[in-house]
Amino acid sequence: MRLRRTLPVIATLALLAGCAPTQSAPAGAGGDEKTGTVRVWLFDEANRAPKEAAVKEAITEFKAAHQGVEVDVQWVPVEGRADKFSGAFNDPSNAPDVAEFGNTDVSSYAATGALADLTGDLASWSEGKDLIPTVLDTAKSGGKTYGLPWYTGIRALYYRTDLFTELGLKPPTTLAELADTARRIRAAKPELYGISVGGKYTYAMLPFLWANGGELAKQDGTKWTSTVDSEQAKAGVTTYASLLKDDICPPASCANLTGTQSVQAFSGGKAGMTVGGDFNRKAVEQGAVKGKYAVVPIPGTTPGSVAPAFAGGNLLGVFNATKHRSLALDFVELLGGAKYQEKMYTAMGNLPTLSSVQQKLAASDPFLKPFVDTLKAGTKFVPATPAWSKIDSQNVLPTAVQQIATGGKDPAAALATAAEAMNKAFG
Amino acid sequence: MVVQEAQPAVAAPAPIPRAPRRRRDGRAAALYLAPAAILLLAMLAYPIYQLVLISLYDYGQPQAAGNAPLVFLGVANYAELLSDVQFWTVLGKTVGFAGACVIGSLIVGTGLAILATRVRAVPRMLLFLAALGAWSTPAIAGSYVWLFLFDTDFGLVNEILSGLGLPFEHHSWTFGTFGVFGLVAAEVIWCSFPFVMVTMYAGIKGIPDEVLEAASLDGASMWRTTWQIILPMVRPLLMIATIQSIIWDFKVFTQIYVMTNGGGVAGRNLVLNVYAYQQAFAGQEYGLGSAIGVVMTLLLLSITGLYVRSQRRSAAWL
Repeated sequence: MRLRRTLPVIATLALLAGCAPTQSAPAGAGGDEKTGTVRVWLFDEANRAPKEAAVKEAITEFKAAHQGVEVDVQWVPVEGRADKFSGAFNDPSNAPDVAEFGNTDVSSYAATGALADLTGDLASWSEGKDLIPTVLDTAKSGGKTYGLPWYTGIRALYYRTDLFTELGLKPPTTLAELADTARRIRAAKPELYGISVGGKYTYAMLPFLWANGGELAKQDGTKWTSTVDSEQAKAGVTTYASLLKDDICPPASCANLTGTQSVQAFSGGKAGMTVGGDFNRKAVEQGAVKGKYAVVPIPGTTPGSVAPAFAGGNLLGVFNATKHRSLALDFVELLGGAKYQEKMYTAMGNLPTLSSVQQKLAASDPFLKPFVDTLKAGTKFVPATPAWSKIDSQNVLPTAVQQIATGGKDPAAALATAAEAMNKAFG
Repeated sequence: MVVQEAQPAVAAPAPIPRAPRRRRDGRAAALYLAPAAILLLAMLAYPIYQLVLISLYDYGQPQAAGNAPLVFLGVANYAELLSDVQFWTVLGKTVGFAGACVIGSLIVGTGLAILATRVRAVPRMLLFLAALGAWSTPAIAGSYVWLFLFDTDFGLVNEILSGLGLPFEHHSWTFGTFGVFGLVAAEVIWCSFPFVMVTMYAGIKGIPDEVLEAASLDGASMWRTTWQIILPMVRPLLMIATIQSIIWDFKVFTQIYVMTNGGGVAGRNLVLNVYAYQQAFAGQEYGLGSAIGVVMTLLLLSITGLYVRSQRRSAAWL
């Protein structure tokens, strides 16, 4: 009881005395020692063994080239990455030297000042010119490059070849046709979803928004303003939400599906189509539809066009506080170089970011073609601002899609609310 | 999470009898209390102090990492929170949801405790084993098991219900607002009734046989014995169980987060803790998150305050 009475007093006194919440000291300049242990954080994948094997090979090669150097790899779960990275930002002495991270997180990570600016290093790197420019753009924040793009994630349309033959269907050539095809699949096979997509699958929704000419936000100087309430964006989101209806993918099952769950439904044989990434290939191959599926780019609004896909992907970055700056950079350039990009493709199916490697692999593996075609047709990215992480974690766009799909709000009202929430996050 | 793990069950100190030489007693008491006080100050007072401080600033990840200057906002975080319609909706839903969970676990727990005092050793042991099994299941595992049981396409529950001829084929248990809250509440009750049951069982067993014998010799009916002898005697324990349940159920996070996929369709199954996590911590707005934490701590502290008061009053006749 006494505690309760004295606490506010202490707090007020402390405030009067000008006390402030604790902050950690800004990350120091680090150092450039040539021996010691290079600490590396990589993402833990559902099927890690092949990734680990490729990374081990790189480490062996790295250690052979650098005397007295050890490499310590820690596997970071993707879901728990926010806590892990926050810890590293708050306590630079516990930060790794090298880390893998998603390109949507670049801006918010860069804002903490913990990542090293690699612009100059990548420009002088022998393989740097081979990096695909639009992919390199996703590693930038405020004009500076904070990571080496390790692989790209592009999504396209997976469909069931056996089902399409049986029903006499052709892969859709426009988004309107896509909805129609999905409807016909469910009408003929009521136990299947016409297409498995979900309210929480933002990266499946974005191509619809972009194909209709919409944008997430526009930038004016340093100020971002949401444009999801524009007519074009509304048309795109509404088309996507129309897939979450009883005659295609019933909202009771689909309204809350995430990307992973949507792909799982397809690979489990419960859907006629889905939106999936090149990185989902292993999961689909291990499912019930092995050998019974094909992939085409997500079509645009007119026949023959391709909807702009989201240019996802992961980067390899260096922490500012590292005591082994050039060793860390060497390791990033080795793991992100042509040799290991190719090995990572073989191991995990990750789409390379070096155009020479990409072309070589696409020529030998027809599976890659729709993804490379999508990439060539032009990709888009989410607003490059720290606010995007916030908008993403606050479920702003999924909430709007779900409200439209379940009829909770009409499209204009749902998107107006979403735009307001986005603008609040932009500040 | 910011909210402290309050454990009020251990908070009630035994009343110190008034001794004539008070001063020396006071020193001894201070010495005895010192370890607990130091622990409380370090583990509770300091974090709460930081929590309050952070809630008064614009405090995000760049500020925490020391890469951006601190901006003092005063009560702006609180003003933003209290003017947010969604906060009030979520608070209302949390109160309703926690209330249903508390009442449910009290009824189930007390009912089974009474049952346990009436049955033989073997069935009683089985009952306790089942209850302890539910109790010791980690919340996350329990949530997933329930999700599998109630799965739309492959769930055992739908299979059995539709096997009985009821229209539950492909019924989605995780879609409608009330359906989802009901399902999660059932899971929460399932993993929190054992505490009530064990507490109440101990309480009922602790009633001296002579009292019950005297009551039956005086010709009191079963009903009367329960209402006028047993219930008043276990009242303090029932109070503990109620307050504990309120605090636990108000803070539910895992079950909602897992079973509704982070707050249900369009966030309609959010409770305060998940809302705080989603709005503030995942979005790295620690200032706003701390404000939610402070509001929640104040709410729970006031409930605990009521509990401590009632303990004082009930101690008089114990």
